[in-house]
Amino acid sequence: MAMEEAREAVGDYDLGWHDPEHSTIRFDSGLSEEVVRKISAIKNEPSWMTEIRVKAYHHFVNRPMPGFGDREALEGIKFDEVCYYLRSSDATEKDWDDVPDDIRNTFDRLGIPEAEQKWLSGVTAQYESEAVYHSIREDLEAQGVIFLDMDSGLREYPELVKEYFCSVIPYQDNKFSALNTAVWSGGSFIYVPKGIKVEMPVQAYFRINAKNMGQFERTLIIADEGSSIHYVEGCTAPTYSTDSLHSAVVELIALDGAHIRYSTIQNWSANVYNLVTKRGIAHEDASIEWIDGNIGSKLTMKYPSVILKGEGSHAEVISIAYAGKGQHQDAGAKVHHLASNTTSKILSKSISKDGGRGSYRGMVTVSPKAENCKLNVVCDALILDDESQTDTYPTMEVANASARCEHEASVSKVSDDQVFYLMSRGHSEEEALAMIVNGFFEPFTRELPMEYAVELNKLMALEMEGSIG
Amino acid sequence: MSDNQPVLSIKDLHVGIEGNEILHGINLDIARGEIHAIMGRNGSGKTTAASTIMGHPDYEISSGKISLDGEDLLELEAWERARKGVFLSFQYPQAVPGLQVGHFLRKSVASIRGEDSAKGPVFREALKSAMEEVSIPRSFLSRYVNDGFSGGEKKRFEILQLMLLKPKLAILDETDSGLDIDGIRVVSRGINAAIRGSDSGALIITHYSRILEHVKPDYVHVLIEGKIVKSGGPELALELEERGYEWLESGNNGGE
Repeated sequence: MAMEEAREAVGDYDLGWHDPEHSTIRFDSGLSEEVVRKISAIKNEPSWMTEIRVKAYHHFVNRPMPGFGDREALEGIKFDEVCYYLRSSDATEKDWDDVPDDIRNTFDRLGIPEAEQKWLSGVTAQYESEAVYHSIREDLEAQGVIFLDMDSGLREYPELVKEYFCSVIPYQDNKFSALNTAVWSGGSFIYVPKGIKVEMPVQAYFRINAKNMGQFERTLIIADEGSSIHYVEGCTAPTYSTDSLHSAVVELIALDGAHIRYSTIQNWSANVYNLVTKRGIAHEDASIEWIDGNIGSKLTMKYPSVILKGEGSHAEVISIAYAGKGQHQDAGAKVHHLASNTTSKILSKSISKDGGRGSYRGMVTVSPKAENCKLNVVCDALILDDESQTDTYPTMEVANASARCEHEASVSKVSDDQVFYLMSRGHSEEEALAMIVNGFFEPFTRELPMEYAVELNKLMALEMEGSIG
Repeated sequence: MSDNQPVLSIKDLHVGIEGNEILHGINLDIARGEIHAIMGRNGSGKTTAASTIMGHPDYEISSGKISLDGEDLLELEAWERARKGVFLSFQYPQAVPGLQVGHFLRKSVASIRGEDSAKGPVFREALKSAMEEVSIPRSFLSRYVNDGFSGGEKKRFEILQLMLLKPKLAILDETDSGLDIDGIRVVSRGINAAIRGSDSGALIITHYSRILEHVKPDYVHVLIEGKIVKSGGPELALELEERGYEWLESGNNGGE
């Protein structure tokens, strides 16, 4: 019955299967200082990390909910019912054959080992709270590239982690960054040495399997001077009638002349709260690009940000959001131009359907000292029916008159004539809608590695299925 | 031909939109290899006829029959009709931003003519020669369907699709409108290449006779206020060019 309700709520979510829960350690639900200390103790962390966690926990408790986004949905989060730590495998393996069978099967079904062989430089696979599999190509390792799950990163490179952890997103940033800092587990730690360009992307895949699970991965990427890396992140979860909470923090540091591209295809089931803080800092002539796709979840609030700290640095945030039945995507971007000759480009596209709600929330600021900045913001919304909704909340605060700002926004509807035109070429109504929707997302899709682009197109075609009354 | 069944057969077709009847009993048979023209002023019901044959859901059919090769079309949706072999070249082709022309053509050929026709050298050769016929450069393939196309480009793109989809019945709704004389020549070349010497039938809908100088119709029908008031050979088009439609309108006053 619960399963039926869940299906009713989400429609056809292809990745919504779940496996029997597999745990070697499972905490009781609920959060306290004791829980926070226990997580830290299990991981044998240095005391400074325990201290940050505890401070962050108290900040989380005292910090009110954000005053924007979907406040009603936020108030519905039952923090006491969430499981904050679940370890399903005792080790992070380097060989898929050593990963427990049912977990390995899940990642097989998600196509991760196959993708790894074909086109990735490295993979980390996280199941519930911990990474269960991790590997990196030997040649990159030999060049000094560090790609680890975050826990191993802290164990093996404590100084580097201490220097940068919370340096871009302090735990006091918002309620959910405080929560993540208190209970984080897993995530990726990457360091790319000076001048090294990692050609093929590295990928992390986050899977929630258990009911009422909280996943709080923490990712830290440091690209040293003149280096470059492309990190790809995918996420899915089973369909349950009760809610899960995903609250990640991602910090990027692009030192002088470095280039970081961070691509996400998040396809959570419609029972997942996805409340994520992502921010990067770009030093001189560095560039940071967020390619951010939000398909599933119950409520997503996510605004990938870039602080343009160094002169000549560049930010790009290209995002899509798809809000179906019972879903609210409150997504956008933030860029802060702190230095001169910095440039930014934001392209945000959202689709709402079957009563879904897509919101663009964006902020671009130019500080008084930053001369000759260029900023370009485009946000487009496509509404597929009369029940659905779209809103735009753009903010631009430009304190230097030499800035060149461009802003465009559009809202459109799929017209019957457009659908009829495509149908007259032999495409069913669902196929026609999928073509229109995938076309609308094309400026995003073309930024993805080919394999992801194909998957995304298939996913949207699935979303259009069964949608014709 | 082993049978004399027409490609398209329309019997006593009455069609309306939002309760207003626009076509008041149309009869028309198009045999294999024949090109028919329907001429009439704006508002005479020409586009209604074209859209109804293709299966536009807004048009309500109160009575009558449309069949393709003897098979009833009325129960089929537009995409099913397309797969059976009906093609409509639109007067106002729709833009689909982000949908690449090359991808769209391949998908459409696959859905109408089967996967094998949309693959490998077979498809590439057909595409190349059709593009040459209607003077479409290769760079076109990476543009988005009708997005930012000029009027002439849109019409040439419609004819390119006609040539690749090889329908049994091609309906060309005002394909000549908005084209200069060179444009008309190019699209006519494409239409002739697609229809002449094939088993296909074609229905050209227009209110000028210019295109009919390049694509010679076998029959011309005049549509006035939702009725075919006169049918004849190609000479009828020339007569209309000289005399206009008034002489037929006055003769039609007794009609219902």
